[in-house]
Parts: sequence; structure tokens; C-alpha cells
Amino acid sequence: MAIQRLLIANRGEIAVRIIRAARELGLHSIQVHSQADRDSLAVRLADEAIDIGPPQAAKSYLKIEAILDAAQRTRADAVHPGYGFLAENADFADAVEAAGLAFVGPTGATIRLLGDKVSAREAAAKAGLKTVPGSQGRIEPGEAAGALAEEIGFPLLIKAAAGGGGRGIRIAHDLAEFERFVPQASAEARAAFGDGGLYIEKLIARARHIEVQVLGDGERVVHCFERECSLQRRRQKVWEEAPAATLSDTTRQSLCESAVALAKSVNYRGAGTLEFLYDEATGKSYFLEMNTRIQVEHPVTEMITGIDLVREMIRIADGEPLRLRQEDIRVRGHAIECRINAEDPLNGFAPDPGQVEALNMPGGPGVRFDTLLYPGYAIPPFYDSLLGKLIVHDQDRASALSRLRRALREFRIEGVKTTAPLHRALAEDAAVRAGEVHTSFLEQWLEREAPRLAQYGEVDHP
Amino acid sequence: MASKQVLSPLPGVFYRKPAPDQPVYKEKGDTVAVGDVVGLVEVMKSFHEVKADSAGTISKFLVENEDAIMAGQPLLELDG
Repeated sequence: MAIQRLLIANRGEIAVRIIRAARELGLHSIQVHSQADRDSLAVRLADEAIDIGPPQAAKSYLKIEAILDAAQRTRADAVHPGYGFLAENADFADAVEAAGLAFVGPTGATIRLLGDKVSAREAAAKAGLKTVPGSQGRIEPGEAAGALAEEIGFPLLIKAAAGGGGRGIRIAHDLAEFERFVPQASAEARAAFGDGGLYIEKLIARARHIEVQVLGDGERVVHCFERECSLQRRRQKVWEEAPAATLSDTTRQSLCESAVALAKSVNYRGAGTLEFLYDEATGKSYFLEMNTRIQVEHPVTEMITGIDLVREMIRIADGEPLRLRQEDIRVRGHAIECRINAEDPLNGFAPDPGQVEALNMPGGPGVRFDTLLYPGYAIPPFYDSLLGKLIVHDQDRASALSRLRRALREFRIEGVKTTAPLHRALAEDAAVRAGEVHTSFLEQWLEREAPRLAQYGEVDHP
Repeated sequence: MASKQVLSPLPGVFYRKPAPDQPVYKEKGDTVAVGDVVGLVEVMKSFHEVKADSAGTISKFLVENEDAIMAGQPLLELDG
């Protein structure tokens, strides 16, 4: 490999994941860290660590100059951005390459093209993908926008062109609401993203969230099948599976092929995910957006395909042509991932940073736990609440669910409240077990079931 | 006059304004009533209002806007 010294421009469980891939490839791993992350598991595991500034992300993990300076001081020759922070910042990708380092991801130009919701929808349409009925681009506030909204039909979503992660979205149920929300949404988008541009989309009720994993080397693109992530709270994924049990083989194939077509049309390089809304009532899929990075839920794909996505993306950044052929990529069994967050589901999901007093990590056959936790660790309050991901794999969905229930019983943590009780309850729920879910399922379920969650607390005798 | 402190109920980052482009909740010299919002604490990407638990006049801020703080750390002093 030309790459020898990989700088990890991230933190938490994904930093640990990247260090593991780097070590397996024989690379020297360099972990950047804020002053609040000196004792993190990633810092403990990496070959080398370097301080990049104060605890606040804006002063450390989001500061391009601090990261480039760290890369130069540690003689890094490549940068892995992980997810979140600077992972989809086109200027960062450009700056890394301008400094003569390899960026583990697509070019800045690709990130820019796919990061803007409007240009991404245009690229998708050109590659033959259907998008949710909506505006052909940015809307101009005024009467024309109102007429277009009536033509698309209510309810509809008003979204920020520069938005992401579910932020800056409003639902308008009629024209009066639409006319009231447009100026508010534009002002909010300008404040949050520095760009007041908006677009509108029809709201598809009871849709499933299905996404396709792709890998490209700048010329060739393969897909690694799909994941379903319909269980969401406040538009944040909570539970993910692969494959999507609801899809017929024909629908699966056409969805995965359309994802490859779009990625190929932009000469995609690296690991990427194309997100779709799947309308079960009509069997139609609509392209939502493409994420130009590794995703939190990538392990379920790794479990069913046997492909190490993080290792592959580093090889691609090294200039190696894709070693996988489409016909060699097969699905074996079923995988489920639960996100274990430091949030108290019995108290409105209030964040609960604290010190880990006792910790029992699940293990055994078909169980993987990607985490930042270790006994005695003081979880800093400055970053997101993801503590770890419990992933199970088994021969089919029913056995994966039993394995998940077994693994969730084994998981035990003291000192910090987590979302484990929520997952224990979901794993027992009849609708979840039958796979009858959609993107608003979990919020409606929580309204009914939240008071009963207490009985799914920490298990005394695993 | 007795001096009292307002403590942060949570660890995280302290903000004196509701949003970067808005004015501060309270200035030094302002009087506050019980329940008045004096700042925000960001913990794990969620925002929580800090309310005064006693009344008085702000004599001093003990932390700056955007400072990292610990749970129980004094944020400001009140006279009166």
C-alpha cells in the first residue's frame, strides 16, 4: 500500500472501527482528539494520538486547519473522516487532497454535487431514478410556489436545500400552512446552513426507509445490497436491518441496479449510500439522497455480505481498483443493529452522560458490539449520545431476532442510562417481529408504550 | 447583601444567547426573578434552558459564552 499512516478525523465508536481496519491493513493509526477525549477508547487503541483543541466540536473536530496541522505534524499520508463532523464537507476533502494526502472518500466535487439536495435530485433524474414528486429545484417564494404546492398535493414537506439529518423540515397540510411556513423555513435554513434555499416534496405516508450500499473506485461501481432503517425517532435511525425483509427479489434487484446507475454516472469513488423511500402500497421507490461517507449502520451490510466496507474504502483511497465483482457479492442470512445511546427512554430520552460503573458486553455466536465503552470510562457531554451498536447475524430474520433478545439480556451497564430497555421492548413487539413497520411507526409506538418501558430495564440475572 | 450563585444542572457547553444571531438572555446588572432563563446548556447535542432558582441582580458571570462546564458548576452570581 502507498498509504502508511492514516489519520482518523473523528471520535467515538467509528474511530475505533477505523483503527481496527487500519491495523488489519498494516497501517499506522493516528487518532486526533479534543481535550475531552484524552481517555477515549480510540486514543487508547491507536498507535499515536494528537490533541487538536478544546472539547467543543467547533473548536476541534470541525476545525479544518487544526486537523490539517495535526496531519502534517504526525506525517500522516491519508485522512479518514468517519461519519458526521467533516465527513461530507467538500472543502475539507479538497483541503486534504491539496495538502498532498489521500482522502478516504469521494472528491470534493462529488461531495458538493450530491450534498446539495437539489443538484442531487437532478443527477438522480438524469440517471433514471424516480424522486418523490416535488419541485424541480429550489422554489421561489410567491404565488408560483403556492400553485406548484397545490399541483403536488398536500400534505407536503418543505425542506432546506442545504439541510441534512432531518433538520429544517416542515410539514404543510394545506395552502394556508404552506404560505405561513415558507418564510419561516427559509429564515431558519439561512440561520442554520447559511443558505435559505428551499424545495418541496410530497409526503409519502407509511413509507419504509430503504437504502442501498455502494462501493466505487471512480470507474466501476458495485452494490452490497440494501438495509431497512424504518424505525426512527425524530428522524434519527434507532434500529437497522439487512436485507429489507419486505422487498421481492425483483424489486430488490431493480433498486440496487438504479443505485449503481446513479453512482456510476458521477464516477463515484469510495463507500456511499443511496437512501430511498419505499411505498409498500404501490411498490414504488423514490430516491431521497446519497450520503457520501461510511454510515453508522454499515455493520449489518458487512455481516450479510462478509465484506469489510471500511477496509475496502481505505484500499480504494490508496488507488487500488475495486477487487469485488458484482456476481461475487451475495447475501447470507439476516442482520439487525440496535443503537445503544446514552439517553433515558423512561424520561423523554434525556441525555445521560456519566461514568460507566459496571459493564457487561454481549458476545457469543453471531454477535458484534461496536462501541466506545470500557469499564470506568467517563462519557463526555459534548458529543452525540451514541455509545455503541449491538449487531447480530443469523441464518434468517426469526433467528436473528432471538439472538438479539439473548444479546440484549447479556448487555448490562451501570452508571449510565441507555436505550437498551427500548430495544428489549421492540424485540418483543409483535409488529416489529412481523416486520410491519414504517418511518412513523416508532413515534406512534412510543406514545402508547413508553410507560411500559420500565419493565424492560436492566436485567438482574442475565 | 447576600450573594447567591446559579449552578448548571447539567454538564456540557454554556451559551448566554438562545441562538448565535440573537441577543443575550441577561446582562450583568440585570435583575432576575425565580424561573427566568439565564442561559442554555448543550449536552449531547440537545439544548436545555438554565433557570434562576432565586431572585436578585446579576453581579458577575463566572463563565463565558460557549465555555465547557461541569454539572453543578456556578454560572453567575446574584446580589440581593
